[in-house]
Amino acid sequence: MSIQTGYPHEIRKLIKVVEETRPDRLKMRYRRLSLGEREELVRKWHPDYKPGTKRALRIGSCKGTIVYNEVADLLESWPAVDIDSIDLSSIDYDVDILVIGGGGAAASAALWAVYSGVDPENILIATKLRFGDANTVKAQGGIQAADRPVDSPVLHYLDTMGGGHFANKPELVKALVTDAPFIIKWLEGLGVMFDKTGEGEMVEYSGGGACRRRLHCAKDYTGLEIMRVIKDEVLNRGVRVLEFTPAIELLTDPDSGGVSGAVLWNIETCEYYIVRSKVTILATGGFGRLHLAGFPTTNHYGATADGIVMAYRVGANLRDMDTAQYHPTGVAWPEAIRGELITEKCRSLGAQLVNVHGELFIYELEPRDVVASAIIRECAEGRGIVTPTGACGVWLDLPMIDEVRGPGTIKKNLPAMYRQFIRHGIDITVEPVLTYPTLHYQNGGIEIDVYTRVLKPSGEPIPGLLAAGEVTGGVHGRNRLMGNSLLDITVFGRRAGLTAAKLVKETSVKPKISLGHLRKYTMELEKLGVPKTRKSPIVLPDYRGERVLLKSIKVL
Amino acid sequence: MVEKTLTQSRGSVVGKKMIRIYFMGRAYEVPEGLTIMKALEYAGFRLVRGVGCRGGFCGACPTAYRLPGEYKLRIGLACQTIAEDGMHLVILPYSPMEKPRYNIEELKPDAGSIIALFPEVTRCVACNTCTKACPQGLDVMDAVQAIIRGDIAKAANTIFDCISCGLCSLRCPAEIRHVHLFQLVRRLYGKYILPKAKHLEIRVKEIEEGKYEEELEKLMKTPIEELKRLYSEREIEKA
Repeated sequence: MSIQTGYPHEIRKLIKVVEETRPDRLKMRYRRLSLGEREELVRKWHPDYKPGTKRALRIGSCKGTIVYNEVADLLESWPAVDIDSIDLSSIDYDVDILVIGGGGAAASAALWAVYSGVDPENILIATKLRFGDANTVKAQGGIQAADRPVDSPVLHYLDTMGGGHFANKPELVKALVTDAPFIIKWLEGLGVMFDKTGEGEMVEYSGGGACRRRLHCAKDYTGLEIMRVIKDEVLNRGVRVLEFTPAIELLTDPDSGGVSGAVLWNIETCEYYIVRSKVTILATGGFGRLHLAGFPTTNHYGATADGIVMAYRVGANLRDMDTAQYHPTGVAWPEAIRGELITEKCRSLGAQLVNVHGELFIYELEPRDVVASAIIRECAEGRGIVTPTGACGVWLDLPMIDEVRGPGTIKKNLPAMYRQFIRHGIDITVEPVLTYPTLHYQNGGIEIDVYTRVLKPSGEPIPGLLAAGEVTGGVHGRNRLMGNSLLDITVFGRRAGLTAAKLVKETSVKPKISLGHLRKYTMELEKLGVPKTRKSPIVLPDYRGERVLLKSIKVL
Repeated sequence: MVEKTLTQSRGSVVGKKMIRIYFMGRAYEVPEGLTIMKALEYAGFRLVRGVGCRGGFCGACPTAYRLPGEYKLRIGLACQTIAEDGMHLVILPYSPMEKPRYNIEELKPDAGSIIALFPEVTRCVACNTCTKACPQGLDVMDAVQAIIRGDIAKAANTIFDCISCGLCSLRCPAEIRHVHLFQLVRRLYGKYILPKAKHLEIRVKEIEEGKYEEELEKLMKTPIEELKRLYSEREIEKA
């Protein structure tokens, strides 16, 4: 029926090698690398170490810090709002808590603020697309929590630190691992359909870099299931939600220097709204749609680093923004879905990575940066498979899952993956898939403390500003482990909600609002000679065809 | 191999052969091999509605289309369906419906609780149009019928893979609000019918009693070289 369905003839010939080597490989596992070997592999092949992709920031609170070029471009940009033409005299929404973002961290924060006694009418969630449009719904593999008798939060701590190259902020990791079982219990109580045995025991799998089976999942729709349940509960509680209304700038109180609200912008009508809030929670997610180093991405359409931009302009400290996570197994072919995610759960279930010669080249459950580096090496050294559209990839031998775990395992445990490929004529129960790393996650971000208060480079909190989820840095160090992001958003989303509720109770007077913090920032931009046409946040990426843009005129 | 051209779709390499698609009746020439979503972007649309995760999970881009010479109305996701020559299409990003509010703690996992909130469920005429409209290929009607019978487990598991795109609700002659109905059904099943994880309760209690506090505090203060040793020597369970 469609064009480009299934594998072309030349690729089918190469699949024979995978099939022929499978019986032997079923008995084999590649050995685990030592910490030293991992380090060497990552330094040589990981995109973080590719020259020319990063630079030092020239303005702002973290001047001199190395970040990816695409991030530096946004931070060295003019605000989208014109300081002198925004009318701050009339407030459209005067609330206790403003939550910016519409994913799992935002929903968790709103719920825990409600549980702590904040009137839902006094909480406003503002998000750029629909409530629930976030990377959360794309998280497939699972959520970590050390809740089996053979496991412990201590081991979860060690795994997370090791995966992050020991660059994580220890107190944040401790919060992550000790809150984890409680979070699972909370979600279970809300009605999340976790995979369980008949007696209620959680079915748990191994994730890359984890020493215990610790991944709780809901088939391969784990993030979607969590998101839709907590979203449903937020709406049941009557929290106000503004969809298609991203924040484009924060507001500050000139007296305290703290954050006191935001300028929101209706993406469809272009009207702006002024929000005054006692507490503002940034839950805006990461930067995947910036396509760092030219990579395709697994990320949601709205992952454009808006939160980083807004927080930096009020003086937040950024950390580990010179590192990004490239998920080892992105789709390399079919071209139409290139860069989309093939969940790590495939490897948890036993699928091996295989080069063009049918050889194993890495232990599949090493941390992600290690596996990604190994795949890049195989392709760079000529052991990859050239796709029909000229890209390169290695095989992910999915059919062996059913051989290892029994027929039907793939369709039962990986329905989203089965669908993703069968739509393009590839049946993963009998055919392997071509895979190559894809931009997946912002490892670093805004620095926070265990109460999710946003910190300045001096270590002092910025009054009135909290942050949770992918927008923050420190939890995952320089590389996040599988299953720790769904955990991050719920653990720190909850903590943000609790802190916000406490701050609301302690704050009796309404703050003042201004855009004063932009004066100093724009002076620096002026001095640097940044062209006025370069503006941020960008809100959405622009994928329009070049030909159309060249011929575009604005009449209406 | 076909000659390549790089489109704006961030590294999407597509053949140079052009096809014609009709977006809400207007014809656009786009390169062959793109998804409907990328084809529309190539044609110059900067999407705000009808776009979300771009990976088949969020339900923002349900699309109805007809192929040339056919009367059959086909269904797909714009981010997952390849544009074809002569295709007439529309993206239907929204299905109008208000979510009824409820307190999950006060409900029972039975047909009565559900029908009280969604009385229209009983109007199902078993026409199966919902099932035909599902871009996920789910047995939607079977789930609705299971709800009426009070088989919550069957219903919840049948529509677990639902991405809430709302196409079934747009097509349904009984005007059922499937998106919200199914959300309630899944929560009732997850909360009341799936057995609770006992090992989880035990661990939560242990943590509340501070069982791991001392060891974690100690680890937090451990120098990195020593942490590396502990990490390298930790015992690894079989995957």
